[in-house]
Amino acid sequence: MIVQNPGSIPDVYIVGDNILSPIGSTTTENFEALKQGISGVKAHHKLGISSENIIASLFENDGNISIDKNYKKFENLLISSISKAKDSLAVDYINDKTVLIVSSTKGNISLLETEEHTPELNQRVALHTSAQLVADHFGLTNQPIVISNACISGVMAILTGMRLLQSGQYENAIVTGADVISKFVCSGFKSFQALSSEVCKPFDKDRNGLNLGEGAGTVILSIHKQNPDNVKVSGGAVSNDANHISGPSRTGEELGFAIKTALLNSGITANDVGYISAHGTATNYNDEMEAKAITLAGLQNVPLNSLKAYYGHTLGAAGLIESIIAIRSIKEGYIVPSLGYTENGVSTPVNVTTLLTQKKIKHALKTASGFGGCNAAIVFSK
Amino acid sequence: MGAVTRQLYLANSMAAQKYITASCIISNNQVQLNGEQGFAGDNLGIDQLLLAVYQHFHFSYPKFHKMDNLSKLGWLAAELLLKDFDKTYYHAEQIGTVLANANSSLDMDLRYQDSIKDVPSPSLFVYTLPNIVAGEICIRHHFKGENAFFVLPKFDAGFIKQQVDYLLDHNILQACICGWIDVLGQDYEAKLYLIEKVKKENAVEFAVESLI
Repeated sequence: MIVQNPGSIPDVYIVGDNILSPIGSTTTENFEALKQGISGVKAHHKLGISSENIIASLFENDGNISIDKNYKKFENLLISSISKAKDSLAVDYINDKTVLIVSSTKGNISLLETEEHTPELNQRVALHTSAQLVADHFGLTNQPIVISNACISGVMAILTGMRLLQSGQYENAIVTGADVISKFVCSGFKSFQALSSEVCKPFDKDRNGLNLGEGAGTVILSIHKQNPDNVKVSGGAVSNDANHISGPSRTGEELGFAIKTALLNSGITANDVGYISAHGTATNYNDEMEAKAITLAGLQNVPLNSLKAYYGHTLGAAGLIESIIAIRSIKEGYIVPSLGYTENGVSTPVNVTTLLTQKKIKHALKTASGFGGCNAAIVFSK
Repeated sequence: MGAVTRQLYLANSMAAQKYITASCIISNNQVQLNGEQGFAGDNLGIDQLLLAVYQHFHFSYPKFHKMDNLSKLGWLAAELLLKDFDKTYYHAEQIGTVLANANSSLDMDLRYQDSIKDVPSPSLFVYTLPNIVAGEICIRHHFKGENAFFVLPKFDAGFIKQQVDYLLDHNILQACICGWIDVLGQDYEAKLYLIEKVKKENAVEFAVESLI
């Protein structure tokens, strides 16, 4: 065991990233689309997913994913996203000091719909099988790590990467996440009556549920800074509501605790936070709880957005995609508008940004919450 | 954020002494509690086994019967693991979970998949995530600290220990329930360990070799 001394803990930088979504296949394409208010959420009629129209952000004919016959759509998403994140880098971060961390809720579960059920299929849909295929594809020799912690998976995957690098176990981490929207996922959210019949409206008084979305996101973390503008992962925290498996806390105290602990872990106070990328699913309960938590942490006046009306809820990819936009917001000094918001719809109002706003941001906070009562918060800093 | 937690953060993060203060293994029709047999059944299917253990120890928790088998198995193992645990010694935020398995929630995924052709049920769908078992344990025992769920090809004591070490050495948690909870069809295995910094009677040092 390495004895930790705060003075010797290395900084962890985001040296590369990628967002692969229906509105773009690079981070730059995605950020430009968001700046222009372009959303990927629209009506789809896909019988394979739902007998009725579904309002979601889905890839058209899987068009911008490079398909390899050995891999299923889930792995293709991960591999494409990692390849693109890697391609922009002058240095190859793939070596024996690199670990792969995969974030997903359901991975290849759609195979249950299309393939005969056999013991081999049980192995094929296992998340660790996909992670190993992706690791092998890139020649990553260390045992890959899969995090499946509902909708906080992506944020938790970045936090886990930060810790593994800070503790000296690895020097680099490729943190990637994706989920595929299938009949399985769609019918489940529908059974919860959680799906909106229109483009979702996070934090708005007329919000009536979430949209689902497909996408992948990748960040490459390293203790070796590549560019002067590389943003740091400065801290984070995870908590549990201990209240209900499918409904969030009534008070927001537990997400509030995760936020306050994340700030402390990052060595900053509420006054230092320049921007919040909220979970903001646009369900009644989530947004209400999240607004309470943000207020409890003293962050109610900090400019905030939710990206769910652009991407839908991309489940295991959401924490990654939304973190990457937060990182780009720090680098470019822009906060993109929170689509779908016109009037406050939560009991403790938060400062929802509705216009493209120029702002110098030193520290950005990303929050997430999910089934099982889990909450996560992470801080990115210039 | 209380003053105590703040102080803990500001203090140097040191590799603290850590102990396995309880263990519970449920597999092969048996319950092993702190190394001793607590229950033995005879060729029971998983449904009967889970109910038999519940009844044998006279548990009374109506929500148990609504859970899927993964959550039932984890709930039972945690219930037994924590029978002598004094949680009032800690803040709710100082107790957490680090769990892993190989099959995620596939056992319930298959059941839910079967139900889609009729009327998809939210009470089944909610269990199609592996971390729900952690949620059930946290609800039951009022634990509000970090909870992590990993999907690994097989039980990896080194990985689990590394994750728990980080959380306890950095004072993110003071007590952690860690281990393996896996269910698929009739196959099941739970191995849970309670890790604390306080040495208690019969505690063994938290080492990879002790996580059997």
